Amino acid sequence: MKLTDIQSKTESTFFPEHQGSLYKSLEDKHTTIEEMDDSDPLNAKMVLNMGPQHPATHGVLRLVLQLKGELIEKAKLDIGYLHRGVEKIAENKTYQEFMPYTDRMDYLSPYSNNVALCTAVEKIASVEVPERAHYIRMIGAELARISSHLLWLGTMVMDAGAVSFFIWTFKEREKIYDIMDYIAGHRFTVSHARIGGVANDLTDEATSAIKEFVDSFPKQLESYHKLLDRNRIFFDRNEGVGVLKTEDALGLGATGPVLRATGYGYDVRKFTPYARYDQVEFQVPTRMEGDNLARYYIRMEEMEESIRIIRQCLEQIPSGPIRTNNAKQAYPSKDEVYYSMEGMIHDFMMTDTGICPPEGAEAYHAVESPKGELGYFIQSDGTGHPWRLKVNAPSFCNLQILENILDGEMVSDTVVIIGGVDPVLGEADK
Amino acid sequence: MSSSPAGSLSNTIEEVTKHHTSAVIEAYTSSGDTFLRIEKESLLAVCSWLKEEHDFVYLADIVGADRFTSDERFEVIYNLLSLKNQCRLFVKVRCDEDAPSLESVTGIWPGANWKEREVYDMFGIRFENHPDLRRMYLPEDFQYYPLRKEFPLLGVPGSIPLPNTTPDAD
Amino acid sequence: MGIESALGEGYLTSRVDALVNWARANAAWPMPMGLACCAIEMMAFAGPKYDAARFGSEVMRFSPRQSDVMIVAGWCTYKMSHAVRGIWDQMPDPKWCIAMGACASTGGMHRSYGVVQGVDNFLPVDAYISGCPPRPDAVLHALMKIQDKIKTEHSVLLDA
Repeated sequence: MKLTDIQSKTESTFFPEHQGSLYKSLEDKHTTIEEMDDSDPLNAKMVLNMGPQHPATHGVLRLVLQLKGELIEKAKLDIGYLHRGVEKIAENKTYQEFMPYTDRMDYLSPYSNNVALCTAVEKIASVEVPERAHYIRMIGAELARISSHLLWLGTMVMDAGAVSFFIWTFKEREKIYDIMDYIAGHRFTVSHARIGGVANDLTDEATSAIKEFVDSFPKQLESYHKLLDRNRIFFDRNEGVGVLKTEDALGLGATGPVLRATGYGYDVRKFTPYARYDQVEFQVPTRMEGDNLARYYIRMEEMEESIRIIRQCLEQIPSGPIRTNNAKQAYPSKDEVYYSMEGMIHDFMMTDTGICPPEGAEAYHAVESPKGELGYFIQSDGTGHPWRLKVNAPSFCNLQILENILDGEMVSDTVVIIGGVDPVLGEADK
Repeated sequence: MSSSPAGSLSNTIEEVTKHHTSAVIEAYTSSGDTFLRIEKESLLAVCSWLKEEHDFVYLADIVGADRFTSDERFEVIYNLLSLKNQCRLFVKVRCDEDAPSLESVTGIWPGANWKEREVYDMFGIRFENHPDLRRMYLPEDFQYYPLRKEFPLLGVPGSIPLPNTTPDAD
Repeated sequence: MGIESALGEGYLTSRVDALVNWARANAAWPMPMGLACCAIEMMAFAGPKYDAARFGSEVMRFSPRQSDVMIVAGWCTYKMSHAVRGIWDQMPDPKWCIAMGACASTGGMHRSYGVVQGVDNFLPVDAYISGCPPRPDAVLHALMKIQDKIKTEHSVLLDA
């Protein structure tokens, strides 16, 4: 089929220039010299569109695949179906007002996004954060990591065909939602971390709920291991599938578990430790094979390491304030706001103007979100609104790898590969 | 070369100023991060030198920024990481408002492909020798570059059409 | 018909209506248009704790041809709106639409150039759920409201 035939059959009624350039770039990818034989329909190649609405693409991801039978010859991705211009919105909000937007970017692990923004602003404005707040942030971030990996596990195995797994992992996620309810008041998109600390302290109920979860979760994890680790079907579907070669991984910009599956042990928590990660002991799992099975093992081990970190945090957490006292940098506590004039004025000034980093300052700070290196690059112009706020989203970098690893795979493995790379389109599309 | 990250970074800055004296405009630190501003013509030379000699093999991010000044309006910042020396360096380039264009670094780091497409989509900066320069997030039919400071936050009404809601329309 | 003249206009059709509406209301299969974070709460709504299956939404049919209710969960961008409308057009009658969350109802906190400020700009929405994201209980409440709406429809008269 010539390009014109394909285009007339797939003539879409909207955004014609966009569709045209997408299919043209698919045609141009790895351009080969051989002609396609028009007379024999069995020799023809098919362009398959796994459209933006699809049960198994994680969110609104569009894949355009050129198939030869069942083999994918070329693959192109089209993202942007969830683009809302979060960076432009950031230029009109104060740093604290931007916190809820960070929740909605990597919406599988909202707490780590909050911590990322907080640490970046604290770096550029030189804000001291009290000890207790660091440990609370670590507990929240690790719970978010477990929650995100549980959802990854449930959906990847469901996409591979085992639907009950989804129900089991969601049962565990509901427990984490209950803990988040105790900690922050919201199940899901908590905006708990504040610049200069956290919003409120852990209650006794929250602490006991966390302890209960930490005691009961390893058994559940073991039962998942028992089901999947020696499962012939799971192995056949994942071993050697979606291989990212070690020599390509760094150049292509892979991050997170996808990079660690190829052999590079790059974890931001060890590279530039933040929030007292240098005072807890944990390991960074790595593998050499680079296939889907390696990513599975890494994420399962990361969940175990997270439990270990949470246990150590619960032992080491000191008592003390949970937000810095400096009124120019952090919100005063509600007691002060209600019962003192200065507190009320400071609360008003923080909401109206917010924290003002020095003019011309630039800073970048990254955290290790469950998907990879999540970084915020902030350029300040001296006012309470950032001049430029750029989000370095790990899913964006990992989706680029999909174009590389899908070439040469079978079309039925596409779903499992996307599941293994675990993209979140909310942050890839910003 | 000293083993601490700060030591090796200052060593890198010294050497780059020695080897590419004409390219380096300024090198400074801000909030603990090291920035190196270079001439846009020597972008490829400096980047490949940094990758070969100083092991900056990982490109973490490409940031575009609009300074909103009358000359050298746009700024592009490359976020480079060296795993061996455990340090991070930011390389900055500036370009003008009329027909802004830069050399593409996809030859050095293939991962720059999508990141440069995003900068093109948001700011309109073209990258020479980019294998596939299309818009990243917005449809090709969109005429504007959203992250430029003069583009309104709420957009231009009618710039992206909504679907038809009557059954007999296309 | 004779029985109608005896018992009043539309007696037979209203009994048939009641039966048909009861059947439709208790088997409203959702078509999840899960776009963003609300999709995760929609998954929780279908999950074990807040079970949607006991309300008749037994399966989440991802095919528009096999579903009754479309739940738009998450912010809809201008680029995506055409795909959503295309899916809506492919759903056979009778169909209903739930706009889940603040972003689908009015654009929510995302007041910017990329987001459609409410899917009712191009879809006929029957129920709006507020919340960011709404608790799964709220989604169940909306499903019950849709069931109430279905029970008051005059199906037979329209089809005849």
